[in-house]
Amino acid sequence: MSDTTTGPVLAADGRPLKASLNRALRRQKLRAMMLIAPLLIFILVSFVMPIADMLFRSVENQIVSDTLPRTTALLPDWDGEGAPDDMIYEALARDLAVAVEAKAHTRLGSRLNYERTGISSLLRKTGRGVDEIGETPQDVLEGVNDIWKDRDAFGRLIGTSEWVDAINAWDGEDSSTRIAPEFNANSSFAEQFPGTTSLYASYVLQSVSEEDNPLGEKPWPILFHVLAQELPSATPPSDVPEELALALREAATALDGVVLDDPRAVFLDIDDDWGDQGVWTTIQTYGPAYTNGYFLNSIDMQKGLDGPEWRPENEQIYIVLFIRTMIMSLTIMGMCVLLGYPIAWLLANLPDRKANMLMILVLLPFWTSLLVRTSAWKVLLQQQGVINDVLVWIGIVADDGRLQLINNQTGTIIAMTHILLPFMILPLYSVMKTIPPSYLRAAKSLGATNWTAFWRVYFPQSVPGIGAGCILVFILSIGYYITPELVGGTKGVFISNRIAYHISSSLNWGLAAALGTILLAVVMLLYWMYDKIVGIDNVKLGG
Amino acid sequence: MKTTMKLMATTCLTLTATLAVAESHMADEMTIVSWGGAYSASQNNAYHMPYSEMTGVNIINDESSAEAVAKLRAMNEAGNVTWDVVDVVASDAIRLCDEGLALEIDFDEQLAPGDDGSTASDDFGDLLVSDCFIPQIVYSTTFGYRTDLVGDTAPTDICAVFDTETYPGMRSLEKRPINNMEWALLCDGVAKDDVYDVLETEEGQAQAFAKLDTIKDSVIWWSAGADTPQLLADGEVVMGSTYNGRLFALIEEQDQPVAMLWDAQVFDLGGWIIPTGLSPEREARALDYVRFATDTQRLADQAKYISYGPARASSAPLVGNHAELGIDMAPHMPTDPANAENTFLYNYEWWADYRDDLDAKFQVWLSQ
Repeated sequence: MSDTTTGPVLAADGRPLKASLNRALRRQKLRAMMLIAPLLIFILVSFVMPIADMLFRSVENQIVSDTLPRTTALLPDWDGEGAPDDMIYEALARDLAVAVEAKAHTRLGSRLNYERTGISSLLRKTGRGVDEIGETPQDVLEGVNDIWKDRDAFGRLIGTSEWVDAINAWDGEDSSTRIAPEFNANSSFAEQFPGTTSLYASYVLQSVSEEDNPLGEKPWPILFHVLAQELPSATPPSDVPEELALALREAATALDGVVLDDPRAVFLDIDDDWGDQGVWTTIQTYGPAYTNGYFLNSIDMQKGLDGPEWRPENEQIYIVLFIRTMIMSLTIMGMCVLLGYPIAWLLANLPDRKANMLMILVLLPFWTSLLVRTSAWKVLLQQQGVINDVLVWIGIVADDGRLQLINNQTGTIIAMTHILLPFMILPLYSVMKTIPPSYLRAAKSLGATNWTAFWRVYFPQSVPGIGAGCILVFILSIGYYITPELVGGTKGVFISNRIAYHISSSLNWGLAAALGTILLAVVMLLYWMYDKIVGIDNVKLGG
Repeated sequence: MKTTMKLMATTCLTLTATLAVAESHMADEMTIVSWGGAYSASQNNAYHMPYSEMTGVNIINDESSAEAVAKLRAMNEAGNVTWDVVDVVASDAIRLCDEGLALEIDFDEQLAPGDDGSTASDDFGDLLVSDCFIPQIVYSTTFGYRTDLVGDTAPTDICAVFDTETYPGMRSLEKRPINNMEWALLCDGVAKDDVYDVLETEEGQAQAFAKLDTIKDSVIWWSAGADTPQLLADGEVVMGSTYNGRLFALIEEQDQPVAMLWDAQVFDLGGWIIPTGLSPEREARALDYVRFATDTQRLADQAKYISYGPARASSAPLVGNHAELGIDMAPHMPTDPANAENTFLYNYEWWADYRDDLDAKFQVWLSQ
């Protein structure tokens, strides 16, 4: 028994030793962190963030509600039967008027065209015709009072006088200091004319984004349309400039009895499809800011009226491709093990001079361009190619029965096995190099046959190399797309070919991201299974 | 200490100087994106070199047109557009215009009038298929066949492609629905004017696939323009579709036993777009370049190097001889009246709508 155990151990300066030690360690940890910080930041910025951003696109769908905010706010209440009511056409007219000015309607068109064929041209066509809505009241008003021809009439009517001054001052400023003042609406006007105010706010945003003064630009005709609609039921506010208040009162009488443009009629006149329930269902279904539509699409399903449903049979492709990608990658991996193992064994056991020579032969194709190697296989494997010619010459196959070795799965497997073989040989070699030859000799001297010595003594020690090679080859082959595209024909292409197509041709990045996410998840799952069965500690990339 | 100071000062100065040089360098450099190969070479001879000589602007060639749409979108999202002028096909231009990635052009204002006095929009005529697209060349996707493998009767009709009895052997077709679906319907008795109306219906699509089914086992599907010429040269296929310029090179420059089938060939356009999001100076220079490169004489000049027809009507009479072979280029142009007797007009707008849907169906059909 000693009394030193009572109370905490103290350091020389009287503080508890534990705290003091922690402090010293913290500084060390901080220093270590700072040392790895450049790499960490680099990986975060150039690797993790782009991937996360790309994966996020698989659920992101804000484009619909951003482009059609008024319509998507109303659509959830639509019962989905027939065509929606006039309110929704009205909202669509306002949204599209804004979208056309921002040239966002065609972008929305290509987004929705992925879900329903024909919307792309429907929106392009509508964009050319929608701006006529509002021309009727505009003509009437401009005929009654010249003030409506002033470009700043709406601005002075709707905005507060402070905002009008601020925006005019902003327009005179130097371009480097230009941050536009926020739009401020006259609250009593906004209360009476909510639709006009909200549309004018969109108008201001659009002008400002083009660095133009909204008070100096021509107002959109649709503004007159909305104003004329709200006028009969509103009491014109008193705190607007006098001449405008007068003009508003005159307008109310002038517009009395004038038949306004009917957005529904205008839309149906542009294209009958606007009366089609299917078009509206698509906009309703893809209205929310986030969607599982891309994921459903990538497993051959689609969003139906009553939840997810299978796509028509002639559009189901992705599950087949996922399965094919897995099976073929496993086959390629197996071929690599079969071919790579003996070569690695030779490399590890031949005298150095010969082994070096062999090593160069392994590495040489590794340094050759992928495209060159793939094209070389084409020359070798095609029906009028070298291999078939030789077989015909020897007489193994008849001239009219030449083997089909390329543009099918065989071609993909042969070419990819060749390309990925070094990734199997190198880890195998580095592991085999560390197995002492004396073990085999010892086994044999104890009476084992050649086979037993190999199978019971040598092979188990080379398993970590096989594991590492398999993981490398499998993961690389699952993401290959150039080689399958060139030699795969129709049955030898992978899911990655579709991902590449959606990234570079169809621009359907959401679907590409969803397919990529699924592929990533499958690889992670396989990796986890591999860890459970073989154990990741049993993988060695080097001695 | 003094040395260190001196060293630092020198470094600073060098750095500033380099930056300044880079800045001024930027001002007289522009990146033009195209397809590479003989096509880029023809542009280099006909447009880039004279333009550089005239203005002193150094032109950098980038051969990324095949991925232009995706790359432009990525650049636009990143807010750093490094390309000044991009060569794309018409359907890509429509897509880029829809996405707001290409600049809208006022053709009469921003392009040179024709040498014959016509306005630019009259001179290009129907070829102005998008507000953002300045047509440059007319090319055709057509068939070439091996003269030594087709027997005594050379094919003169597109339907020879579907006639495996008279012309046994493999054919090569592009691995996408566009063009193939139209040809299938044409050869299944659908009138030329009705093709897209028929293809719009489920039955019409099934009909086209059924027709393609009859030759499915003897088709090699290509995805790069160089595939068919190589397959023809190797005797892998009896006939195959590709761009007429590639076939011209195969027949006239490489002297292969191949001939061209000018029937129901599909016209398509290549041309320029200018990306959105360029600084005003770069945009002005890009516009200046395309104004120069798409005038009547320049378009006719390009035809000296490659057998693609100039997009301006006023350029056609100026087309001369091939720069190296010295043969008259006019009979090799897809726009030549003798070749254009029976052409098929490709409907861009229709494909913009149906491409996604039909492509999915086509892929399923391929994998069955």
